[in-house]
Amino acid sequence: MLSIQNIDVYYGAIHALKGISLDVTEGEIVTLIGANGAGKSTTLRTISGLLKPKSGKIVYEGKEIAGLPAQQIVGMGLSQVPEGRRIFANMTVMENLELGAYLRKDKENLAGDLKNVFAKFPRLEERKAQVAGTLSGGEQQMLAMGRALMSRPRLLLLDEPSMGLAPLLVKEIFSIIKEINEGGTTILLVEQNANMALSIADRAYVLETGRVILSGPAKELAASEEVRKAYLGG
Amino acid sequence: MDASSFLHQLVQQLINGISLGSIYALVALGYTMVYGIIKLINFAHGDIYMLGAYAGFFATTILKLSFLPALVFAMVVAAVAGIIIERLAYRPLRNAPRIAVLITAIGVSLLLEYGMMLFVTPQPRTFPAVFSATVYNFGGLIVNSQQVLILVTAVFLMVTLTYIVQKTMVGKAMRAVSYDMDAARLMGIDVDKVISYTFALGSALAAAAGVLVGVYYNSIDPLMGIMPGLKAFVAAVLGGIGILPGAMLGGVLLGVVEAMVSGFFSSTFRDAAAFAILIIILLFRPSGLLGKNIREKV
Ligand SMILES: Nc1ncnc2c1ncn2[C@@H]1O[C@H](COP(=O)(O)OP(=O)(O)OP(=O)(O)O)[C@@H](O)[C@H]1O
Ligand SMILES: [Mg+2]
Repeated sequence: MLSIQNIDVYYGAIHALKGISLDVTEGEIVTLIGANGAGKSTTLRTISGLLKPKSGKIVYEGKEIAGLPAQQIVGMGLSQVPEGRRIFANMTVMENLELGAYLRKDKENLAGDLKNVFAKFPRLEERKAQVAGTLSGGEQQMLAMGRALMSRPRLLLLDEPSMGLAPLLVKEIFSIIKEINEGGTTILLVEQNANMALSIADRAYVLETGRVILSGPAKELAASEEVRKAYLGG
Repeated sequence: MDASSFLHQLVQQLINGISLGSIYALVALGYTMVYGIIKLINFAHGDIYMLGAYAGFFATTILKLSFLPALVFAMVVAAVAGIIIERLAYRPLRNAPRIAVLITAIGVSLLLEYGMMLFVTPQPRTFPAVFSATVYNFGGLIVNSQQVLILVTAVFLMVTLTYIVQKTMVGKAMRAVSYDMDAARLMGIDVDKVISYTFALGSALAAAAGVLVGVYYNSIDPLMGIMPGLKAFVAAVLGGIGILPGAMLGGVLLGVVEAMVSGFFSSTFRDAAAFAILIIILLFRPSGLLGKNIREKV
């Protein structure tokens, strides 16, 4: 579904991604783990078209998308929930969700999709007229996910959805991610919480300073000595 | 001055001030919208107002249009000009340092002023009387039909703008881009298009103000945009730049203060008073009257 081939990404003189390759097959949950500054967010931002790779290819559903403007990539069914949520804090919950559906032409299906989002995140429905900036951190994460779902993505990129959430809420978010995947959405998940991520993922990639250093089935990585030491706390 | 004549003068200047202020408000809205979205003080905005006045002038004199069609014509011409200016002058500098864009804006302003002189000569033109000037006298308070026209048009346009920004999808996209450009991109919003749209809306409002001023003062010239442009900028900062109701409030407030100063003291102090107020208010509320008092992220 998505195939990244040997991409190099720079921030000015900083070489953030050094020849990264990875694949995501339709229906999978793939996770990308690694320490702070490894380049996980940069990878997602490049896939979404917010950054342009200097070299390499990104092929999504058979089309080369590297260098396309971000709005066009969203239109192809590839959505991202960015790091730090990036909800529109000055707008209401409802307006945020409407913006998630910005490119949708099939307006007749929006009401149904909204219902599905509210079924997954009942708290959003209770707060639909509330200004998004006044939501709790967990609710903001739900909103960011609901907003991305409103575009009906076939591939959903999630950047640290568990960031700053209490353990119970992290569990809830992960079970919803699983549910979204079972509903037919392919998922590429970036996480600091490697334990949790490996427990729901099919496959994983480990990133270190802009390079993929390990990859394989999530279960194998979770069992590997190297990964346990570096990312799972022993 | 006795109490009753003082009161009379006060109300009279309030009426004059509100109609003048709604002109500032219309121009200030464009400043604030453009600032809100690309953080640019568009110094050419006052010249768009001048351009609008000329478009209205030619629409009434050459095309023989009546007030309303001429107003719409001027707004469309200015909207197109706004889009072209953004496309040619500002968009190539989207990632340039802010100071470079600011200097470009000043360049565009001079180009419009002196380019216009080339085409229409520096001579002031007499704006045709598209509206019969009726003077209403309410127990000594003078309201003329042009003031009513200005107020009605300005209020209508401000209500329409508020509706567009609050309720329509394109308005929501504008707010999204203004809040977080990258997040807006991730929604599938074409940021460049939204910026064009913002320039179009702001320019159309400025053109409306230009036509209204033409109708009110009967005289237009290529440099007419400088002072009102500066004052509308003051109004936008006064209200809190980037905040639409702030621009409306700032505009009306500035108009009223000017009218009061002209009425009670002398119109020579009018402009000085406007800027003095700006300085005083900003000393106490650095983000403007309706602005949130947070330091801007650098
Ligand atoms: N806007 C930027 N300008 C310059 N350098 C940047 C920028 N964003 C990221 N970097 C650098 O690129 C590298 C990768 O950053 P990235 O945000 O992708 O890491 P990450 O793996 O997502 O980290 P974290 O887990 O902390 O979110 C880091 O060295 C970072 O300092
Ligand atoms: Mg990150």
